[in-house]
Amino acid sequence: MADVVVAVLLVAGSGLMFVAALGILRMPDLFTRMQATTKAATLGVGFLLAAAAVEFGELAVTTRVIAAAVFIAMTAPVAAHLLGRAAYFLGVPLWEGSVRDELRGRYNERAHALASMEELLGEERLAPGRATRRGADTPVADADVETGG
Amino acid sequence: MNGVLDGNLAEVLAVALLCGGAAMAGYRLVRGPSLPDRVVALDLLTIQGLGLLTVYAIATGRTAYLDVGIVLTLVTFLATTAFAYYIEKGSHPEERRDG
Repeated sequence: MADVVVAVLLVAGSGLMFVAALGILRMPDLFTRMQATTKAATLGVGFLLAAAAVEFGELAVTTRVIAAAVFIAMTAPVAAHLLGRAAYFLGVPLWEGSVRDELRGRYNERAHALASMEELLGEERLAPGRATRRGADTPVADADVETGG
Repeated sequence: MNGVLDGNLAEVLAVALLCGGAAMAGYRLVRGPSLPDRVVALDLLTIQGLGLLTVYAIATGRTAYLDVGIVLTLVTFLATTAFAYYIEKGSHPEERRDG
């Protein structure tokens, strides 16, 4: 019985890792590649570690497996967020089929700070024209109109 | 054949899938058009290595490989964080002069 559980977990985990690798090979731009690899690989490694825990069935191994799985589940999203943020500042192009880029024009390029909607609108009221950054050709306030429809 | 994986179809299949995935991640590591692409590929490659280590620990019955995997994930996280910091700081050279 335990052998069957281990086999199913092994194949499921390595299958998810394969899907993650397929995503990094086939997805059109960096950000879609990142969302494909981070989630699928985290779940796949979790399945493989669970297979090890079932196979050995010892407290020491299970503790190590849980520690590793929790560590990966905590660090993978943080690393992906940091890398995606850095890549956005670097100007890595989005896929030409991307529908919208909500961060466009809202990042202060010098301070590396994300302006909230209220701050941008307030700044525009105080000093017209200063709120458009990063060559945004459409005013940021237009996002309201788009979400309404 | 006289290897560690003898007669266990699930382990053979898992190793084959992980090696195929590592090959695809390696392709992106070599070809990746931008530096962040390569960092993502390196991250995935080491996670595939962790999966291979886990399968190897199951196949051989040696639990020490799981410890190696834990250390590998720690190093990978630090490497990705350092790369992200380096990419973000390097994206605006004029800010580095300011301080």
